[in-house]
Amino acid sequence: MSSLAGKTILFESVYLSHFASVAGPIENQGPLHEGFDWTYDDLYAGEKTFEKAERAMQSQAQDLCLKKAKLLKDDLFCVIGGDLENQLVASSFSARHLECPFIGVYAACATSALGLGLAGLVVEAVEQPVMVSISSHNATAERQYRYPVEYGIQKKPTCTYTATGAASFLLSHQKASIRLVGCTLGRIIDYGLKDANDMGSAMAPAAYDTIKRHLASRQQTCQDYDLIVTGDLSGFGAKMLKSLFQADDIDLSPYQDCGLMLYDVAHQKVYQGGSGAACSALVLASHLLPQLLSGQIKHLLYVPTGALLSKTSTAQKETIPCIAHAIEWEVCQ
Amino acid sequence: MDKQAYRDLVKQQQPKVPYLKNAITAFLVGGLIGALGQALVTLYMNWFGLNEQQAGTPMIVTLIAVACLLTGLGVFDKLAGHAGAGTFIPITGFANSMTSAALESRAEGLVSGVGSHMFSLGGTVITFGIVASFVIGVIRYVFFGG
Repeated sequence: MSSLAGKTILFESVYLSHFASVAGPIENQGPLHEGFDWTYDDLYAGEKTFEKAERAMQSQAQDLCLKKAKLLKDDLFCVIGGDLENQLVASSFSARHLECPFIGVYAACATSALGLGLAGLVVEAVEQPVMVSISSHNATAERQYRYPVEYGIQKKPTCTYTATGAASFLLSHQKASIRLVGCTLGRIIDYGLKDANDMGSAMAPAAYDTIKRHLASRQQTCQDYDLIVTGDLSGFGAKMLKSLFQADDIDLSPYQDCGLMLYDVAHQKVYQGGSGAACSALVLASHLLPQLLSGQIKHLLYVPTGALLSKTSTAQKETIPCIAHAIEWEVCQ
Repeated sequence: MDKQAYRDLVKQQQPKVPYLKNAITAFLVGGLIGALGQALVTLYMNWFGLNEQQAGTPMIVTLIAVACLLTGLGVFDKLAGHAGAGTFIPITGFANSMTSAALESRAEGLVSGVGSHMFSLGGTVITFGIVASFVIGVIRYVFFGG
């Protein structure tokens, strides 16, 4: 393990061995429906409350991941979990049944990359498998950050739709097809935007900062990658990110945003696209990692972004501090 | 690009809220709800032999019941997504704010859940409704002698 100027961490032998995803109903109607391991037809997922549904999804993704890896929960060194609920209850409650050390992390919608980066550090240090477990749920997020689910309100066109689902990733020091090359942890970036209904444009500068720092410290250009993805900037946010790079005369391509990949934005009622911690995690587990495995892409920069606001900070008219963490993946020869 | 330039760019390129379309839809839907209310008043007057003032109360109760039912069935929020102020301003909006908050907190129990959260959105209407009627009442008393 080493670190480069620009604070990029490079891993020597951290591999992604297995992964699993569980998705909700709207995600199942989207273009990536074939990639999910399990899906639910309603937001309750057979539980009595939305909160329980989110926990059940996360537990299920963890179990599926362990099953695929033919590992027992005792084989894990620890679990790193994160979600959007207050006190990370989805992650800590769903980790009850795993009975292994647990680390809860929060970086809003960038949680998956923070979890994967930290898991890389742990794997490098202890050379034992670590599981990363991420979830978000449209209804639990709506009630916590916005209004009751059934409240009738006209949404602004810049809104996004919080994804429902969970994904688990198993990182190990034992050689596998996909290698976690490195990670650049994000800085808190605040360009002074306040609109909680337009998080994409608030988060775009954070993605811009992290991508630029990662490329600079790795001495790469965007074209060194087969794909650069952001997590949930969605339509307008992705457009603003391109504008930021254009202003520097940098060609941000090949580039896509997970919020635009998870849903059929033209036909599903998701406004600018998807958001939430599960948005990027689901796209990674159902689409990007399978593409790496099949060789369709060989080098991927995964940069989920998070808006670190709360309902209180929004009500107090605070600006939105944002963060983006970058994870570099490559296919092993 | 500095922060101010970025903020200006966001402001300039942000997808605009279709205010005119929203206003027209709200006018039509709100008008439709008003017409429905008037039809109910006429109906109650003819059916139950009430006078216009008496028929007002069952009309309001009917509209509230329908709005609550549609909220419970998960239809109201979809309707309101299009109608906006058209369903929000009439009594239907208030009924929806109460019902949706109650539904949302039902898992936390009747007292600490439904009871305390039911007014979390609608409470502001009641607070300012009372404040406004107090102010108007004082003005009326002082200037027009009650």
